Amino acid sequence: MTTLDTPPLTVVAPGRAARAWRTLRSSRTALVGLAIVAVHVVIALLAPLLTSYDPIANDASHALLGPSWSHWAGTDQYGRDVLARVLYGGRYALGVSVTATVLTVGLGTVLGCAAALRGGWFDDVLGRVLDAVLSVPAILTLLVVVTALGTGPLVIVLAIAVVYVPQVVRVVRGAALAVVPADYVTAARARGEGTWAILRREILPNITDVVCVEFAMRASWVVLLISSLSFLGFGADPPTPDWGLMVAENRTAITVVPMASLAPIIALATLVVGLNLAADGLSKAWGVDRLREGS
Amino acid sequence: MFSFIARRTAAGLGTLLLSSVLVFLAVQALPGDVATQVLGKDATPDAVSALRGQLGLDQPAWERYVDWIRGALHGDFGTSLVSAKPVGGEVAMYLGNSALIALITVLFAVTGSIVLGVIAGLYRDRWPDHVISTAGLVGMSIPEFVVATVLVLCFSVALPWFPAVVLYGPEASVGQLLPAVWLPALALAIVMAAYIVRMARTSVIDVMASEYVTTARLKGLSTWRVVTRHALPSALLPTLHVIALNVAWLAGGVAVVENVFNYPGIGKLMLSSVQNRDLPVIQAIALISAVVYVACNLAADLGAMALNPRLRTRGRTR
Repeated sequence: MTTLDTPPLTVVAPGRAARAWRTLRSSRTALVGLAIVAVHVVIALLAPLLTSYDPIANDASHALLGPSWSHWAGTDQYGRDVLARVLYGGRYALGVSVTATVLTVGLGTVLGCAAALRGGWFDDVLGRVLDAVLSVPAILTLLVVVTALGTGPLVIVLAIAVVYVPQVVRVVRGAALAVVPADYVTAARARGEGTWAILRREILPNITDVVCVEFAMRASWVVLLISSLSFLGFGADPPTPDWGLMVAENRTAITVVPMASLAPIIALATLVVGLNLAADGLSKAWGVDRLREGS
Repeated sequence: MFSFIARRTAAGLGTLLLSSVLVFLAVQALPGDVATQVLGKDATPDAVSALRGQLGLDQPAWERYVDWIRGALHGDFGTSLVSAKPVGGEVAMYLGNSALIALITVLFAVTGSIVLGVIAGLYRDRWPDHVISTAGLVGMSIPEFVVATVLVLCFSVALPWFPAVVLYGPEASVGQLLPAVWLPALALAIVMAAYIVRMARTSVIDVMASEYVTTARLKGLSTWRVVTRHALPSALLPTLHVIALNVAWLAGGVAVVENVFNYPGIGKLMLSSVQNRDLPVIQAIALISAVVYVACNLAADLGAMALNPRLRTRGRTR
């Protein structure tokens, strides 16, 4: 990669974007994945139009009903409509996950690029600290942060950033290291440009593909982690409609009303399958080694 | 080679020291006064100051850190705030129960995913590969608690083969826990294998396309021998690394799955100590996980070296 003589980026940027879009369109896997995610986003946004039930209204006289015309997916132990809770549940899952992923990948990208660009003691110290953070189980870190600061969505977003930034930094640093020795970066340094300017104008445009794949993959992990946290009772507070929480609530009644547990499971699984397909398709279309990213 | 081992070990110890500082700072820097949180808001000032003295909170932080580390090196992690028993013994008891699950999980996950990965790699882009890859994608996309719930539904409710919950406490013997170990281990193994299968598949495809495999085939070696001699070792290599990297994940997965089955393991202790703010226990668990993580990574590095043909054959004269 060191002898890669790419023309100045001001000329390349639009071409790159167009090419990226072309390869994206040709990848069926990526398109199917993105379509699934898009459907989830639309459902979450339009939830109030799709169901007339209130997802948190108790109705003791209609508790634990099986599927029927008035309740397509039945009701749970408090008589709440399961379908309504599943439809609204996407709001919490998507809202928190997207915010957390944007923050994690953004912070990780900046730190990873900076580590690759600056090198030296900054790189060493950062690497050591991140390694130390990685050595403590993610769920333990999350639980400690959440018990200390409360279970608000903002706290969960911050906690997830703490847990996943180290892995993003590793991936982005690896990708950026391949770009740093390029002639145009040396030229920009010789012109006396600052770290931030080089990072934004020279490095970032060349690792956009890696960052995009990382985003899709990380989002799938974040969704899973947040749902696990809710399942354990440290995430969304009852009666918030959330898929992980719904499984925890309805698990004991799984033989009576299986749909109350299955519906949120299906919603959760399809969202993550969509994100995984998008990550797979993007990495194949853009030639990013996703397996290397798994680490 | 020895300098390599020494360098890796030193780096591992450095990481460990740093993570012990981070763990200590994170737990100690929790907002609010620990003594007040433990005793509740209605505690008398006398009781609070007595507990502060007992916990050593009146000493400066670095002194407490040194005390804690010195104790930890001797296996003394302090006293649990909840059970008033030594933390070391308590954690060890729960950890032993979890080790049972972890061991079976890793065995299941590694054998299962290597076999499936080799099959998928050999039948690349044909139906066995499609089936295995799709199953892997689904396995990656469902959280552990869902796998566990579905397994309970199938093998405890529909077919009453395994217990759905464990009724024993942490002191239970291996014999008592053994029937309850299989479902949690299977749940974790399915999720873990989903990641390893991909790794194994790709490395098998790479190896089978390599020149020395072509040579081996031209030499007239059977497919079986090519697979066992070339494909398997190369599929094992990256797998080792994935397992080491997944150790931290395994601890989290164990916490969730143990909660589903009410299994008296480290995950259950972790959850209850976080709920009760039992700080010495939290610190001990975090430090022990860090030690296990660093040790596994070191072992993976050394194992990779042992499996690397170039390094492995160096000692031989042939």
